[in-house]
Amino acid sequence: MSQSGAEPVMPERHYLNAERGLWSWLTTHDHKRIGLMFLGLLLLMFLLGGVYALALRIELLTPGETIMSRLAYNRSFTLHGVVMVWLFLIPSIPSAFGNFLLPLMIGAKDVAFPRLNLASLYLYVLGAAITLWGILQGGADTGWTFYTPYSTATGTAVLPVLLGVFVVGFSTILTGVNFITTVHTMRAPGVTWTKIPLFVWAIYGTSIIQVLATPVLGMVLVLVMLERLGGLGFFDPARGGDPLLYQHLFWFYSHPAVYIMILPGMGVISEAVCAFTRKNPFSYRVLVVSTVGIAFVGFLTWGHHMFVSGASTLGAGAFSVLSMLVAIFTALKIFTWLGTMYRGSIWITTPFVYVLGFIFLLFFGGMSGVAVAVTSADIHWHDTYFVVAHFHFIMVGASLMAFLGALHYWFPKMFGRRYPEALGIGTAVLIIFGFIATFLPQFLLGNMGMPRRYADYPERFQPLHVASTAGASLLGFGFLIIAIYLIWSLRHGRVAGRNPWESRGYEWTSESPPPKSNFHEPPSFPYPPHDYARPDVAPEVGRAA
Amino acid sequence: MQPEASARPVVPHAEHFGDEASRQNAAHLGMWIFLATEVLLFAALFAPYALYRLAYPELFHQAREHMDLTLGTINTYVLVSSSVLVALAVASIRKGRELVASALLVGAVVLGITFLCIKGMEYAHHAKDKALPGAHYAFHQFAVPGASLYFTLYWIMTGVHAVHVTVGVGVLSVLCGQTLSGKFSAAYHTPLELGGMYWHLVDIVWLFLWPLLYLS
Amino acid sequence: MSELLRHLLFLPRAGSTLADRVDGIHFFIIIITFIVAVCIGLTGFVFLVRFRRQQAFAMTPHVQAPMWLEGLFIGVPLSFFLLWGVMGFRDFVWAKNPPAGALDVYVTGKQWMWKFAYPDGIGSVGELYVPMNKPVRVLITSRDVVHSFYVPEFRLKQDALPGRYTEMWFQVKRPGRYQVLCAEYCGLDHSHMRAEVVALEPGDFEAWRARQKSLPEPGPGEEPLVVSGADAPGPLAELGRAVATRKGCFQCHTVDGTPHIGPTWLGLYQREESLQSGERIRADVAYLTESMMDPAAKVVAGFNPVMPNFQGRLSPQEVAAIVEFIKSLRPERPVPPAAQEPTYVPVRR
Repeated sequence: MSQSGAEPVMPERHYLNAERGLWSWLTTHDHKRIGLMFLGLLLLMFLLGGVYALALRIELLTPGETIMSRLAYNRSFTLHGVVMVWLFLIPSIPSAFGNFLLPLMIGAKDVAFPRLNLASLYLYVLGAAITLWGILQGGADTGWTFYTPYSTATGTAVLPVLLGVFVVGFSTILTGVNFITTVHTMRAPGVTWTKIPLFVWAIYGTSIIQVLATPVLGMVLVLVMLERLGGLGFFDPARGGDPLLYQHLFWFYSHPAVYIMILPGMGVISEAVCAFTRKNPFSYRVLVVSTVGIAFVGFLTWGHHMFVSGASTLGAGAFSVLSMLVAIFTALKIFTWLGTMYRGSIWITTPFVYVLGFIFLLFFGGMSGVAVAVTSADIHWHDTYFVVAHFHFIMVGASLMAFLGALHYWFPKMFGRRYPEALGIGTAVLIIFGFIATFLPQFLLGNMGMPRRYADYPERFQPLHVASTAGASLLGFGFLIIAIYLIWSLRHGRVAGRNPWESRGYEWTSESPPPKSNFHEPPSFPYPPHDYARPDVAPEVGRAA
Repeated sequence: MQPEASARPVVPHAEHFGDEASRQNAAHLGMWIFLATEVLLFAALFAPYALYRLAYPELFHQAREHMDLTLGTINTYVLVSSSVLVALAVASIRKGRELVASALLVGAVVLGITFLCIKGMEYAHHAKDKALPGAHYAFHQFAVPGASLYFTLYWIMTGVHAVHVTVGVGVLSVLCGQTLSGKFSAAYHTPLELGGMYWHLVDIVWLFLWPLLYLS
Repeated sequence: MSELLRHLLFLPRAGSTLADRVDGIHFFIIIITFIVAVCIGLTGFVFLVRFRRQQAFAMTPHVQAPMWLEGLFIGVPLSFFLLWGVMGFRDFVWAKNPPAGALDVYVTGKQWMWKFAYPDGIGSVGELYVPMNKPVRVLITSRDVVHSFYVPEFRLKQDALPGRYTEMWFQVKRPGRYQVLCAEYCGLDHSHMRAEVVALEPGDFEAWRARQKSLPEPGPGEEPLVVSGADAPGPLAELGRAVATRKGCFQCHTVDGTPHIGPTWLGLYQREESLQSGERIRADVAYLTESMMDPAAKVVAGFNPVMPNFQGRLSPQEVAAIVEFIKSLRPERPVPPAAQEPTYVPVRR
């Protein structure tokens, strides 16, 4: 909606048509094109992980064997986890949206190391290909957590899956290095450290975690590979080793990893809350401190995955307290987002519906996290469906909602077109309800005592499993609808104009889609981000293209 | 970003930077972050070392006698010297002395290869004694509980380090060739600085490995 | 009230004293969670309505959270979280420290069954008999990969790790049968690795125990734990089995022929063994004794030197008892290689 009243027009030259041909895409240095390619690949991986999820849920309709053998089930939940965690969630928002938006949001022409960015993309492709090759060989049946000694002993195709994840880890590290350097060295005039947009802070915090945690995962995977290949015996009690050591090393990475999966989503929500309530953040400082706080304190909580593994009681107590501390940051963010709505001008759009869903579901996901961080309660809940529900509330109910919200918020920026708004809102509501229908029963299953990773289960658990599967089909249906209308909108959506959401985010000052060099003139941003109170600033209206 | 008066970036692929100072800052910062990731990688090996040392103190005490202290110490001198040469090479190129820099780099590469050869000799000795990692351990003279674990740690830690040394030798060789072909000058020698930083890290890691595995 | 909440939350009955404590904290957390959820939901809804968009490009006032509000945002959740953490930790410590006089039971998880053994020598597979209203300490280990001993109705769970013992204790409130599930993924039949805790009145429990001791019969439905020789094991051998259990020998040695961290004791007595040094010895009384006192001296080929030294940790009588027990493990006829149960062997590729 431009104030001039004329119909919005698509800019003539932009990053999508600046050069043509497949080769120009495969050798591009343009962060926007790289972000798009990541987006496409990530959505394919999400489809793969989602197919596994539906297969699992169908299998769990009956207590015994429904559509697959126990071995196939064990492989399916392993690969569902591996694909969803490493090939989708961890790269998702940073590699797709972080890549696209980071330079735009700080007024830069590109990221610090564009060629390294392309290398990240190819490493991701290579890692995904190796993992897929492992899947074609049947895939591992160890669970995505690869606990030893089972993972060093089992005869399934564990090595290619480990190797694939190892290679994808390098992609993650290089992206992290790139983003941190970009934020430090390439901000436009006016974008001081206290004026950095909240999404950029989130990506920055995520990149710190990526850079510090992923190498530990890499080493652990190498150790497991060496034990499988050469009988190394690091974690083998028969050679004096300690299986618990694996758990410590693995979770030292994997707990921060879950913050890699949620922080970018929180950044998206911060952006969208400000844009769609047209308000400054209730407290910019709290949001930034919470982001950095989660990034650092998140490294100190890994032991809460091991409360019942026979490790030190005192250690368990310490990890419990630290986990509570990290939860406070999330609580602060929720209160701050809510406070931002106060005295705003709230516009219910598709991205904002996802925002509301995110906040609501993150609350329950986070509280269930606090619950399992209570040592005595975790004795009952550990390794049951309660934990499964907890992390799906966060990873799907929050992270995925943020991903969908980001997709819908920045769709006009990336492609210059709108999607049908009513359909968008309706599907968002369907997905939120489908999600609750899928995963709320799983909290109850956990309470009943249903353990994780059970191909067959005692009969009394069946009704809740049937309910969960019904919800899952609603979810799947919702995703299908989104895929259809978004693909349709790529070509046939209404032209968006530069800033259809009337947002004052820095990225909206350039055209939609942006030119290859992001801005026609070197930008400067003398006003803070998310500022809807200053009357003399109207980037929604913008300069002549 | 620096004010407009600063020089343009001196390499064509760095146009997105706006000025040379930013480009150099970014290159160095990026390398430091990458080195941090390498430190974490090795930390994931030092942690098991610490754990198993606490669990088997006697073992670690006795194991030292089975390590080749002479070769290990020679290696330390070799690696530290090569680091000095690399530092001197960077200093030379900053003054525009390309030939001197290349010569110093050649020296560093030679010392790096020497390190690998000496390591290879050590590995051969251990293999002859059958002090091999994990399932293959059959070193009779040293058969206390957990002995295979000590040697497994030794092989993995020095092995991962040796991989990094090999990569470093490759990087230094390429840089040496590029210096000889005139690619670097006093105005632009960033890859040399970054490669040097990597090599120094490899050296520092060895300075932790050596006392832990050979001296204590 | 608790029962109502248990019903609403799909919690199973509270079979143990631990369950009451765990459920208490659970109810506390969930009630607060729902109260806060309602508050947040209502606030959000009110804001959505009251501050909805009236016109495009609207300007809004700059609102900054006041310090006292931020203090509340931090202080109130933190207080609750820490309170729950502390309450939970007290119960956690309580759950891990058995009271004096607890009955010890050794629990062994192996793919894919649970085996139970008592210090006085009785064993069973798949069913753990315990007296109600008395504390029972479980000492849990694994034969192969990591398992987890989980009794939902007791709210009890502890991982079973190979090469070491983990422990927990419980006290059952009512007689009955309580399902045991394995809660750590362990391979193909993880979901079938189940057992039952059978809680009996103390009198019934003693009767069961007496029956088990008098008859050398196997546990329900499974092979006997010990394949005895021509004569039934004498009292010294029984003492030996008790000592071996207490000292943790079964973490590494089996009695039914399956390979594990150390050589199996089945048929060990007088067996010819190849040592790592290449020599061959016969496992006579001298060798067995030396193995306990100086395990690194003569290690059997194919095994690692990880056996701890028992010098000073076993009295001569205990050593003799263990040797007698090992002697009693002579198979009557050649024992087929233990191929029925899947054996754990590290993959050699």
